[in-house]
Amino acid sequence: MTELEQRLIMELGDNFPIDSRPFAVIGQRLGMTEEEVIARVKEFIDRGVIRRLSVALRQQHVGFTANAMVMWQVPAERLAEIGRTLASFPEVTHCYERETLPDWPYNLYTMVHRPRREECLAIAERLSRAVGVGEYKVLFSKQELKRSNPQYFSEERE
Amino acid sequence: MTGLEKELTEADRQLLSAMQQGFAPVLRPFQEIAERLGVTEEKVIADLRRLKEKGIIRRLGAIIDSRKIGYTGTLCAMQVPAERIPEVAGVINAFPEITHNYVREHEYNIWFTILAPSTARIDKILKRIQEQTGITNMLNLSATRIFKIRVNFDLEGER
Repeated sequence: MTELEQRLIMELGDNFPIDSRPFAVIGQRLGMTEEEVIARVKEFIDRGVIRRLSVALRQQHVGFTANAMVMWQVPAERLAEIGRTLASFPEVTHCYERETLPDWPYNLYTMVHRPRREECLAIAERLSRAVGVGEYKVLFSKQELKRSNPQYFSEERE
Repeated sequence: MTGLEKELTEADRQLLSAMQQGFAPVLRPFQEIAERLGVTEEKVIADLRRLKEKGIIRRLGAIIDSRKIGYTGTLCAMQVPAERIPEVAGVINAFPEITHNYVREHEYNIWFTILAPSTARIDKILKRIQEQTGITNMLNLSATRIFKIRVNFDLEGER
């Protein structure tokens, strides 16, 4: 990725102007025309580098205070099918397969954010029935210690 | 609830829902959002600035697929004595590559994510954390497949 592309990604991700012509403002910062910026954004979307132009909300501030990580122990041969089914539920915001460890059998992880704990538990039960897997654990967060935006392309320290 | 939620008006909820659906790379994207909602572009811009200022919007703009630009991520868990949580969190959080860190209800009680340009950098961070805290009881659960990342809070449903 060229240096200009890196700077453009940073402007689009971290410094997006809330202005009538945001891509013109970014163009001014980087010495590009508005049309060039828009063309690059479209290209980034086509390549999948940019998933979407959107907002990320602070979940506690919009009332989604229950944050549950649901870990699943699913048979390896059913993993792809189960992963896709769990991911299809709108309440599931993240669904990842992760490596297992000798004393750690969980291989699928889903995140569920809701206003109340009971809702998260009910959703987990619903997911469990949908895929026919009973081996799962719900881990609620008790305290947020850090939540920050990714910092791309900063100099690697030491 | 943090109280801020109660300050959200019906119009705020509609705006945030529309923004969560996404906006297009066009000359005047907020004008398009305004048309969808039947309000003026000026109102959309003023409201978005206010919601960002208040911290309800954590970020606005391009959502980047970190893997597509060469970054790699992992989820780690640690067993930390309750009285040492603030100190250990300080050590972990000092690394800018740590993007999330939560206390969770489990014998592994600290769960954090790392996003870095290489697995070598991730291993180095984990080694440092172990050295600085003396805690080696740690899980490194690398993601092997991503089925979904799509955070979308239903702000207009039943409340």
